[in-house]
Amino acid sequence: MSTPIEDSRDWPLYEVFVRARGGLDHKHVGSLHAADARMAIDHARDLYTRRLEGISIWVVASKDITASDPAENDSLFEPARDKIYRHPTFYEIPDEVKTL
Amino acid sequence: MSAALSKVEAQNLFRYVLRLGDLSLVLGQRLGEWVGHSPALEEDLGLANIALDLIGQARLLLTYAGEIEGRGRGEDEIAFLREHGEYLNAILVEQPNGDFGHTIVRQVLIDAFQLELYQRMTASTDERLAAIAAKSVKEILYHLRYSSGWLVRLGDGTEESHVRVQTAMDSLWPYTVELFADDELDRAMADAGVAPRLAEVQAAWIARIDKLLEEATLKRPASRPHSWHGKRGQHSEHLGYILAEMQHLQRTYPGARW
Repeated sequence: MSTPIEDSRDWPLYEVFVRARGGLDHKHVGSLHAADARMAIDHARDLYTRRLEGISIWVVASKDITASDPAENDSLFEPARDKIYRHPTFYEIPDEVKTL
Repeated sequence: MSAALSKVEAQNLFRYVLRLGDLSLVLGQRLGEWVGHSPALEEDLGLANIALDLIGQARLLLTYAGEIEGRGRGEDEIAFLREHGEYLNAILVEQPNGDFGHTIVRQVLIDAFQLELYQRMTASTDERLAAIAAKSVKEILYHLRYSSGWLVRLGDGTEESHVRVQTAMDSLWPYTVELFADDELDRAMADAGVAPRLAEVQAAWIARIDKLLEEATLKRPASRPHSWHGKRGQHSEHLGYILAEMQHLQRTYPGARW
């Protein structure tokens, strides 16, 4: 609770996720600077939900996110490209099935 | 508003609603001065959002005041075309912003006051005020969350931030006395069940403030007698400057709309 406040750029970066009314998942909406998690929630509320965009907010310190390395995209994602049988598009759906 | 109000009752209610509305109006105007000057872009938005909530409260209250008065004055005439001595806000809200910590201290003191007042006013015998109070409580809960978060962060922060907010607390504290000094109008409103007793509001307020002060490692200043009567229209010089800026447009271009 004792971060010196010279400039908000000195504050840690937080990623903001907002769940819309009626939405099922939190979607990434952007990032902001805040001295602590509570302040990040306050700022997220003021920045990202002022037009009724959401009913729930998550914030997470950006440094706590581990991202995949774009340099590894070929090995991570390419192998799935030719395995189209993983999509459930080869089945005939019986007419009796109303919701799937 | 009940149509059965006597002339005196209507006049009392009019003045009381002005006290509430002017408190929100003047504080909203003050907070608006921070736009473009806050320590961080995020705080700019935070303070502006609170200012807009306060102006929203003022609009509801001053519109209602105009209806009670029954002379055809709308929210704009009442907000922008009255004279210095006709504003009935407690003078705490017209005090200058000072540094960010000073603004936060003023905000905490007022947010806690408005919260304790309006929570009780949701049970007002005046249905219109009860409805305005219910709407406002939701906003004020957030205002207090914001301001008290900062009070603790600054009070329990660095040595400099601690000294700054304690100094602000010491200089603003005397003005809080006026919030709870009830006069014949406050008592008449409480007797009629329109408003809560100020003594009751004060007890709840002080309990809330003490808890926050402890968390923020700040000391509660000693209370001193006061001679402020903003609620009766006697203001500090600061209000004049606020009105000059606030009323300039309406007085230069009467009836201007956008």
